[in-house]
Amino acid sequence: MAEVEVKDNDGKKKKGAQKKMKIHVDFTPMVDMNMLLITFFMLCTTMTESRTMDLVMPSKDAVTEEEQSKLKASEAITILLGDNDEVFYYLGEPNYKDYTSLTQSSLDPADPNGIRALLLERNEEVIGLVDEANKDFEAAQSEVKARKLSKSQTEEEINALMETRDEAVREAKKLKGAPMVVIKAKTSTTDNEYINGPGATYESLVDVLDEMIVCSVGKYAVVDMTDGDLFLMGNFKTKGELAASSDFGAK
Amino acid sequence: MAKVKVKKKSTLIDMTAMSDVTVLLLTFFMLTSTFVQQEPQQVVTPSSVSEFEIPDRDVLEILIEPTGKVFIGLDNTFDREGALNEMLKVHPEVQLTEAQKNTFRLSDWFGVPMKDLPQFLDQRFEDQANDLKNWGIPCDSTDNQFKDWVDFATRCGSQRMRDSEDYAALDNDQKKLKIIIKADRHTPYDVVKKVMDSLQEIRQNRFSLITTLNQGE
Repeated sequence: MAEVEVKDNDGKKKKGAQKKMKIHVDFTPMVDMNMLLITFFMLCTTMTESRTMDLVMPSKDAVTEEEQSKLKASEAITILLGDNDEVFYYLGEPNYKDYTSLTQSSLDPADPNGIRALLLERNEEVIGLVDEANKDFEAAQSEVKARKLSKSQTEEEINALMETRDEAVREAKKLKGAPMVVIKAKTSTTDNEYINGPGATYESLVDVLDEMIVCSVGKYAVVDMTDGDLFLMGNFKTKGELAASSDFGAK
Repeated sequence: MAKVKVKKKSTLIDMTAMSDVTVLLLTFFMLTSTFVQQEPQQVVTPSSVSEFEIPDRDVLEILIEPTGKVFIGLDNTFDREGALNEMLKVHPEVQLTEAQKNTFRLSDWFGVPMKDLPQFLDQRFEDQANDLKNWGIPCDSTDNQFKDWVDFATRCGSQRMRDSEDYAALDNDQKKLKIIIKADRHTPYDVVKKVMDSLQEIRQNRFSLITTLNQGE
């Protein structure tokens, strides 16, 4: 493995001169072993970054009329997640008679009829405020960096800036008149009178919640789907036939 | 005839540089890696832009696999033990020996209906880990053991933190177990709803969903 080569120059060696030695160490087994270890680590690690998304569900405790915060119809957006991840929404109060009050949408960010486009338009004011807070933060951050303070001082300043930004974002999201999004996902049904199907998947629920983060929606809730919503979707599917044959809206 | 002298060339390749590279790579992988955790079933989580880190301790993890089986993971042995004892009080028909309780304590994950627990725990420990994915905690309105498990585990967790010495120094959200849900992206909403409803019933209205970071947008 390791070999020592002694060169003798045809015996014309000077007396007292040091012997010249070349040492070769063969690194091949070392490389072999390292490769094995690398393979092991590569196979045993997760490269995908796992993160969490916080979700606060409405409390199930009975709430009295007075305690309930009234939701203005003009501010409400209801998103329905239907069978096979179909997405619908309606604004304000639903109209059970007219199937066109429900709009089919999608979770594709590029879709002009998508949830993203809708929320960006409806939530414009809040998004503007959030952008402003972010811009202020960035400007202040570069200003702090330009001052060339010590590392810990810079960090401290930036943390303080971040806190002001977060506070501004929180305030912006509480803005009066900002839309309140109600998310309702459908479970699987087989013997429902209005619409039947496998229901929504978990992925579409997370995708909708994601849109809330992207579009800086501060007020949103995941609630149970009602018969009325099932009726709306059934009515939409049959293009108004359901409303013609039933008196659901009149109730 | 003059002999053609074939020059003897050494075939030795200097592997030192190669070795340097591999060691560097090895160091990189060792430092950046987090090991794949042993879970009853591998799930693919949906992607999201949310950037909150997963808390590393005092966590109650709920795993929901695509066909709807539910498992619970508790990182603290004390909580696991406490929850089991409470569950045994609620289900007096189930009797466990000390040895069975010991094996229960060893595994981070559990997810077997109470009535099958003794039989499950009698298996060899390695077999238990493989067998777990065939079970799942009942979470129906008629037999909601899942709700009880979470309820008891969170109570044990809060109790443990109240008893700890640095309780006063803890933040409010550190004073109880953090509930995180890890579900497969193709899980039907029915199961997720059952789990969330159960959590709401025991007033655990605040929880997190595990997602994969999506940097595409």
